[in-house]
Amino acid sequence: MATRQSAALDRKKLLADPIMVTTIVVLITFLTLFILYPLAVLLVDSVYGKETGLTMDIFKRIFAMKSFRTAITNTLKVGFAVGIFSTILGLLFAYVEVYVKVHSKFMGGLFQVVSMLPVVSPPFVLSLSMIMLFGKAGIITRYLLKIYDNSVYGFWGITIVQTLTFFPVCYMMLKGLLKNIDPSLEEAARDMGASRFRVFADVTWPLILPGLGNAFLVTFIESIADFANPMIIGGSYDTLATTIYLQITGAYDKEGAAAMAVVLLAITLAMYLVQKYILEAKTAATLTGKASRARMLIEDKSVTVPLTIVCSLIALFVIMMYICVPFGALFNTWGYDFSLTTKWFVRVFEKYKGFKAFRDSFLLSLASAPITALLSMIISYLVVKRKFKAKGFIEFVSMLAMAVPGTVLGIGYIRGFVNGVFGTGFLSGIYGSAAILIIVFVVRSLPTGTRSGISALRQIDKSIEESAYDMGADSFRVFMTVTLPLIKDSFLSGLVTAFVRSITAISAIILLVTPQFLLITVQINEFAEKGSYGIACAFATILIVITYGSVLLMNLFIKYFGTSRKLKEVD
Amino acid sequence: MAKEKKGVILEHISKIYQDPKTGKDFYAVKDTSLEITPGSFVTLLGPSGCGKTTTLRMIAGFESPDEGEIYLGGEPINALTPNKRDTAMVFQSYALLPHYNIFDNVAYGLKLRKMDKATIKEKVTRILKLVGLEGMESRMTNQLSGGQQQRVALARALVLEPGVLLFDEPLSNLDAKLRVTMRTEIRRIQQEAGITAIYVTHDQSEAMALSDQIIIMEKGVVAQIGSPQEIYYHPASEFVADFIGEANFLKGNLSAKDGNGGIVTVEGHKVPVVGVSELPEGKECTLVLRPESAVLADSGVLPCKVIVSCFMGSYQNYHVMVGDTLVKITDYNPRNKKIYAVGDTAWVAFEKENIHVL
Repeated sequence: MATRQSAALDRKKLLADPIMVTTIVVLITFLTLFILYPLAVLLVDSVYGKETGLTMDIFKRIFAMKSFRTAITNTLKVGFAVGIFSTILGLLFAYVEVYVKVHSKFMGGLFQVVSMLPVVSPPFVLSLSMIMLFGKAGIITRYLLKIYDNSVYGFWGITIVQTLTFFPVCYMMLKGLLKNIDPSLEEAARDMGASRFRVFADVTWPLILPGLGNAFLVTFIESIADFANPMIIGGSYDTLATTIYLQITGAYDKEGAAAMAVVLLAITLAMYLVQKYILEAKTAATLTGKASRARMLIEDKSVTVPLTIVCSLIALFVIMMYICVPFGALFNTWGYDFSLTTKWFVRVFEKYKGFKAFRDSFLLSLASAPITALLSMIISYLVVKRKFKAKGFIEFVSMLAMAVPGTVLGIGYIRGFVNGVFGTGFLSGIYGSAAILIIVFVVRSLPTGTRSGISALRQIDKSIEESAYDMGADSFRVFMTVTLPLIKDSFLSGLVTAFVRSITAISAIILLVTPQFLLITVQINEFAEKGSYGIACAFATILIVITYGSVLLMNLFIKYFGTSRKLKEVD
Repeated sequence: MAKEKKGVILEHISKIYQDPKTGKDFYAVKDTSLEITPGSFVTLLGPSGCGKTTTLRMIAGFESPDEGEIYLGGEPINALTPNKRDTAMVFQSYALLPHYNIFDNVAYGLKLRKMDKATIKEKVTRILKLVGLEGMESRMTNQLSGGQQQRVALARALVLEPGVLLFDEPLSNLDAKLRVTMRTEIRRIQQEAGITAIYVTHDQSEAMALSDQIIIMEKGVVAQIGSPQEIYYHPASEFVADFIGEANFLKGNLSAKDGNGGIVTVEGHKVPVVGVSELPEGKECTLVLRPESAVLADSGVLPCKVIVSCFMGSYQNYHVMVGDTLVKITDYNPRNKKIYAVGDTAWVAFEKENIHVL
């Protein structure tokens, strides 16, 4: 008994800190109620009926549906293709950035834009521009190539659009990985007589292999969970996310949708667990520590020129697709009449309540951003700096949200809160209110914020907080006067990221939004589906302006008020 | 300056950790009992992994002991959080708050104690003068040298007038010269402030220079407690003798005994010793001989053969073989003495008072 006195003492010490205890309790309640509970309800819903009791009938029924089985294969096919293509593209970009000498500033700029795009762009912008460039009335297909019946809908449409949307994520991941390879490893191989290709094949490749697997799975999950792109460009090619959506909004089959959501969740969850617990550990094991010195960049023209050209072309293509959207909102009739007009914007604001959509989206996201940022900083602080029993639970659940597709979460909320928690009526008031929308925004952005918070906090010497604690500050004071000021940058960028993610979110929110709220993303989806691309583009343009604006503002703010410069000089 | 000098008592303290690789529990600190008198300067000394830092962190409250109780000024403090303990710690990395200037760093703890502005200003100014940083109040921490940061860390702890001041290897990030200066400073300030200090280090010369008492730890257990002189001249074990300074170990047998004195036979030669009243005759024992306590001469106690002879400036460094035992000798101020060359035969000469018998 006496041997575990420390556990009892630690508990006592924790209880002596009421703010800390309250925080932990509130956090656990929040995470349980809004992440675990909805998922649990889905599981219960799909195996338990009031009349039938415990049953596998619902699963049997949905698996008997041919459309569902096709949706599963479609989803996996797309996910696999997107994972492969994104990883290859990401590796190409990362390799060029880290290994190849690129002279022009222009290229540097291109790379930066490409890496920023996935953060700030609404999810379906690429689908819209894909249709406008390569569809039946597409500028490129119809006017340049004179193809009048090109179809962009279906497997290839989704695959191309998702690849272009997600490869920057791989690029950023692999860039970090390649930078951590000690150049002397490769120099040693070269010194022993290996050709440049052999160095890549024998040294670089095995080192980054787990990282590539990691990147592949991350994009695979993103692709499977993606709702917006398959919705707009999928045509009749349904994926799981869209099938579930149609099952509940079209067929009103709530149990069926719940069971389908469970299937989708099982797939993403399994991949997430492999990614997080196997591949991430392997990546960390093969690449320890920092590169000892700068790498000699490849200057050989036969290597640099083709790689540079390929990357520039892809980057320019991606940028062109983004630029296409504002133009879509400015042309009279896309594909037929290219005279400039403001009529789409006028219509958005006059006829389609553009101002209300703008206001609702803006205010709801604005409300959720500080909650998300603060929550994720608190979670990171607890996870990195404190030790207590429920810590593992908090970390796991807040990261778990990353593996939960928005559609699944949306269905879970519907099933979990329409009649209150466990059908008791408790909290049923939040369904249909602004509160549930804000909560969904928070839950959806929490993992990203927490992850960046954790990595920011790991940079800070633990003894700095201990010293404040030792001088007499309680946990709350330590957090407010030491931790938060030291991770101000991370907090600010978390704030903006949460805002941007919220205002561009659609997958979960489209299931939960009630007519009293108009959200820009839902409007874009609606008009794009109807084929009113002018209106959709006008809405999307407004959205892009807001998101770019806030990111620029944040960068300016960090530049002038951030702490990072001061701190960086220290080491 | 301290409001009240407090003593620290550790009563059968143990701390158990889990080895992350094997998952097995092990004692980082095992059944340690200590008594530290108010106002004294005590050093916890030992190699890395001996449990000294863990002990200090248990006193500070960052770690909780698995067995035993810690008393500060007579009060049990096991269940108190670090912020509620009357201790102040100087960290190895200084742990200055990087977003505050010097003044705010030192004033941080006082502000938490809700003192009024004038008092805070007065106290901070006085303490900064004590550590020799007057006039630098508005500098940011990253504009300071290592030694200055160290002084801020010290001032920040001292200003709280804690019952006990804790140091966690505070000088290990400084260069060698500055370390010597700072340790003298720390000792001066501790004496002036009249405060109890517990100091963790693995540097034996630091421990010698600073402490009233040294506590040597080995693998989580206290190996010896004593004044620097006691520990140096009367080490309790080979570990202590080897850890503090350099030592030669000569295995032998107590062949004759007469009260406190006696004869130990080493490699077939008789060595007169003192301080063996506890040992029975005929007992195997180890002689501890400090390299500077012996010289090489043409006659002496033990015959030997020189295998290394190296001029080091202030001393001549010899390695000699006494039978099969290597003995190191440092002969100071060798200029006017005979220098023995490699291959020479000679005698190891020393007084019997310079031999410590284990």
